[in-house]
Amino acid sequence: MEKRAVFKSWWLPVLFALPQLVLILLFFYWPVAAVVNWAFTLEPPFGGAAEFVGFANFKEALSDPFYWNSVVVSLIFATVGPFFCIFIGLTLALAVDRQLPGSGFFRFFYILPFAIAGPAAGMAFRFILSPERGLAASINALSPDLWNPAKYGSHALALVIIIFIWKWSGYTFIFLLAGLQSVPRALGEAAAMDGAGPFRRAIDVQVPLLAPTLFFLLVTMMTEGFVGADTFGIVHSVTGGGPNHGTEVMVYRIVDEAFQGLNYSGASAQSIILIGLIMVFTFIQFRFIEKRVHYK
Amino acid sequence: MKIFALKTVLAGLMAATTLGAAPAFAEKTKFEFWYGLSGDLGERVQDACKKFNDTQTDFEIVCTSQNAYDATLQNTIAAYRAKKQPAITQIYDAGTLDLMLSGAFIPAKKLMADNGYKIDWNNYFGGIANYYATAGGELQSFPFNSSTAMFYYNETAFEKAGITFKPETWEQVEEAARKLKAAGYECPLGFNFDTWAIMEQFSAIHNQPIATKANGYQGLDAEVVFNKTKFVDHVKFFKKMQDEKLFVVKTKQLGMDIVPAFTSQTCQMMQTSIADHGTVGKTLPEGVKWQATMLPVWKGTERKNSLVGGASLWVMAGRPDAEYKGAAAFLNFLGQPEMVQWWSTVTGYIPVTKTGFDAMKANGFYDKAPYKGRELAIASLTYTPTSENTRGIRLGGFTQIRKEVSTSLEAIFMQNADVQKELDQAAERSNVVLRRFEKTYAGQKLN
Repeated sequence: MEKRAVFKSWWLPVLFALPQLVLILLFFYWPVAAVVNWAFTLEPPFGGAAEFVGFANFKEALSDPFYWNSVVVSLIFATVGPFFCIFIGLTLALAVDRQLPGSGFFRFFYILPFAIAGPAAGMAFRFILSPERGLAASINALSPDLWNPAKYGSHALALVIIIFIWKWSGYTFIFLLAGLQSVPRALGEAAAMDGAGPFRRAIDVQVPLLAPTLFFLLVTMMTEGFVGADTFGIVHSVTGGGPNHGTEVMVYRIVDEAFQGLNYSGASAQSIILIGLIMVFTFIQFRFIEKRVHYK
Repeated sequence: MKIFALKTVLAGLMAATTLGAAPAFAEKTKFEFWYGLSGDLGERVQDACKKFNDTQTDFEIVCTSQNAYDATLQNTIAAYRAKKQPAITQIYDAGTLDLMLSGAFIPAKKLMADNGYKIDWNNYFGGIANYYATAGGELQSFPFNSSTAMFYYNETAFEKAGITFKPETWEQVEEAARKLKAAGYECPLGFNFDTWAIMEQFSAIHNQPIATKANGYQGLDAEVVFNKTKFVDHVKFFKKMQDEKLFVVKTKQLGMDIVPAFTSQTCQMMQTSIADHGTVGKTLPEGVKWQATMLPVWKGTERKNSLVGGASLWVMAGRPDAEYKGAAAFLNFLGQPEMVQWWSTVTGYIPVTKTGFDAMKANGFYDKAPYKGRELAIASLTYTPTSENTRGIRLGGFTQIRKEVSTSLEAIFMQNADVQKELDQAAERSNVVLRRFEKTYAGQKLN
């Protein structure tokens, strides 16, 4: 029989948990309930009679070809972005973890981009990589339209993803570096004595032991890619969803419809679909990927 | 030590809060005004508030910037739903219909009559007032910062290219563009995908409808028709000019929007708001001659008045009566000719009343640089009395409709999409927006 320390009364633990419960209720469940209510009704923005319309808001969203376009754009954004964030963060963490001269400086240096707000980074990159001025202008001088995010949707999508990666690689870097530091040194040293170089040690020893951290980052980064404030902020400040819906991620579309178009009902319906999509993704991740993760 | 510091802070807070409620201030009725302007223009609004407060012993206006027009509308909605709305809020042209149907405001005329102000409502320019009035002509909000679109050109470049005429028709614009191109100018005319000048103003001055039912004034069941008017030909003309590299796209995504392109002398012509008049004058190097004139029309067109842009002030319902006295005093204050002139001088917005405009003319305001030429905006707005197609645009979800059109322009000019097909699609999608709006306000009638 396992030894367990339990509270005798039921109210004391509830009391301890109360602040957190109230916060979650207030800032999560209540808004979600409001969104659900809104998704099934049509209500004028200033209030008034809310008419129940069943699934009409969902039908309208799902029958719009540009809605499906935004789902595809979001999927690309939320897979490509996090993949490179984790890959780059891991590479940098492995390098810094070797504790070569200057490691301390780089540990600080690589985190810096994460301290910059997404929209601000977006503005900067919009200038740096604008096709007619800035750095990219010299690329276009070789051959016109080699790089033109104002013209090609694919270039624009690449641009916003690059900004996302630039910022969030610093975040994955912190976690992976911390993870690496908990990998026992002895394992690496033993492998080195057996003649394994830094690459082999990284692939066969360090990365497998980082699996829990990598899994955690996969889940959080994909969620960030789908609904993160930066995903919206970067798209909003760089492309405004254009050219011609090329970078219209789901969360941008929702904010735009709600706050520019005052179509709260349609935006709420789309929010619910997005929440559902994230739940499905997280479920898949836990069901199929987590099986390969060993925590001990 | 720490405790001492804490105590000091607490004491300070106490002092601050009690001071705030001190009797010296208690006599004044405070009321709130939310506005969407920011930066330099936002500062000027604060100046206006201060001027008002300095003349007042009974009221104090508290002015808060919400940083953007859409945010102001959004925050006003949220505040109204939470019963914490400001007494006065600034709502942009595209949000007018949402406010009108909300029932959440006090009509301008009622407010002033209730509080004993006699306002000559005919003093507002018809082209401005009608945008914010019901179809029956009842003004619902107070025109505040108003503008219209103008055509700007670089006179120095024109002289160098040997152009001796003024661009009054699009045929002349084309001719000027060809001459500028021949003289070595890479970008004769810069344009972007903002629909305000190319669609809305173009349609008004060419007497073309944007939607049925008098652009929506006569009913929520209006449908857009911009895909069947001269606007389509106009877009085709722009496309042809772009293909010949005479008209050049300038957006912030490409690196530079039209106004910086004009002021850096990259582009020699553009259509933009009169509100940019000040910026252009300040930014172009000394010695460069430039002009802002009325938007060109197609040859043989009978020109009509252009549309007003900008925002108006709405008085929200549900505040204590005392605040309305203050609000009425503030709005009356803004309407005084000297305030109209001050506001127009420091911002570049046009005066909204005839007496304000006359006072400025009499003072010689428009006679010399840098304000010379701004009177043409009034001339453009008042060119003809307003008619069905030039009164304004009263369509629900108009921000989204603008976006649909602007996206199709992007597809046409950046990705070579077919003009008619794209505009048809924009119209179809806009009508979906209109139908949803109609359903949201089911049973409501425009009066």
